[in-house]
Amino acid sequence: MDAEVGQELPTFERMSGFHAWNRYAAVNEEFVPIHMDDDAGKAAGNAGAFGMGNLQVAYLHALLRQWMGDEGRIVSVACQMRAPNLRGLRTIAGGRVVAVRPEGGETLVDLEVWTQTEEGTVMTPGTATVALPAG
Amino acid sequence: MDGIRARSLPAPRVHTVGHVGGAPIHYPHGVPDSWISDEMRAAVGREYGSARKSLPISLSDIRRWALAIYYPEAPPRLFWDEEYAATTSYGGVVAPEEFNPFAWITADGPNLPTNFEGAVRGSGPEGSLGIASPETNFVLNGGIEMEHGVRMRPGDVITSGLTKLVEYRERPTRLGLMLITVTETTWTNQGDEMVRISRSTGLRY
Repeated sequence: MDAEVGQELPTFERMSGFHAWNRYAAVNEEFVPIHMDDDAGKAAGNAGAFGMGNLQVAYLHALLRQWMGDEGRIVSVACQMRAPNLRGLRTIAGGRVVAVRPEGGETLVDLEVWTQTEEGTVMTPGTATVALPAG
Repeated sequence: MDGIRARSLPAPRVHTVGHVGGAPIHYPHGVPDSWISDEMRAAVGREYGSARKSLPISLSDIRRWALAIYYPEAPPRLFWDEEYAATTSYGGVVAPEEFNPFAWITADGPNLPTNFEGAVRGSGPEGSLGIASPETNFVLNGGIEMEHGVRMRPGDVITSGLTKLVEYRERPTRLGLMLITVTETTWTNQGDEMVRISRSTGLRY
């Protein structure tokens, strides 16, 4: 598998809403009012309930796995939670290759990654490094 | 007269603690000039909490995690199809890198529910460090850095080590004076191999 600087990753997209958040709450034991209740989301300064930041992190991992396939290795992922993923928004995880470097017999790829809304609001800007599968 | 004065509402008081986009931000009087006390500052670099050990990871835990993340589509077969996974270089099912083996129950027993209702106090590391918590009202996940080591597999027992208080800082935002707390935790497996180093940023205001 090859990667080139500037290359854009195919996006990984999911609708934001209780159908996804409740499933994530169930597996991560993450039952927090701001993710379950519009009033709690508003009291915290947002337009309503919003999804878990950890679920956005999972989507960034899914983005990288979708691109590399099973034999790729995620070395690291980092992101900031900048904007809430509100109900009804389409969460679009994207990425762009910023460096390709050989290291220890592997090809490491540094990426800029993010989740954003369809309108272009970046919710979780971040970075990642992966090791590409050989061949 | 004192009683009458005591019942009358005080005039709202505000103070300016910072600027966002060039405009001054006025916060209610209860917001201090800084959330970070001297004892909080002195605690930076200390470790706190206690090590936690997971129960052995089950194949079902992994499958359900993957199903939740990839909903409404099917997750990669590596996370649920044992026959397929055996043909990969992993030789069997592995967990998605971001998998959490500490949800619901650990080797110490069921997790006690956390009360997130009302004011969120003590939601930072201060309680575990034996120092006073700042009187913030809300807590948010500000971000995370994950460095991944070996994959988690069915049967693995994961240990989460002590958590290190890496940093406090603060900045003015539209939501209030934001206290930013960075902590770091390392997970290892039963073979003492590094599974994950997580650096979390908590926001309180």
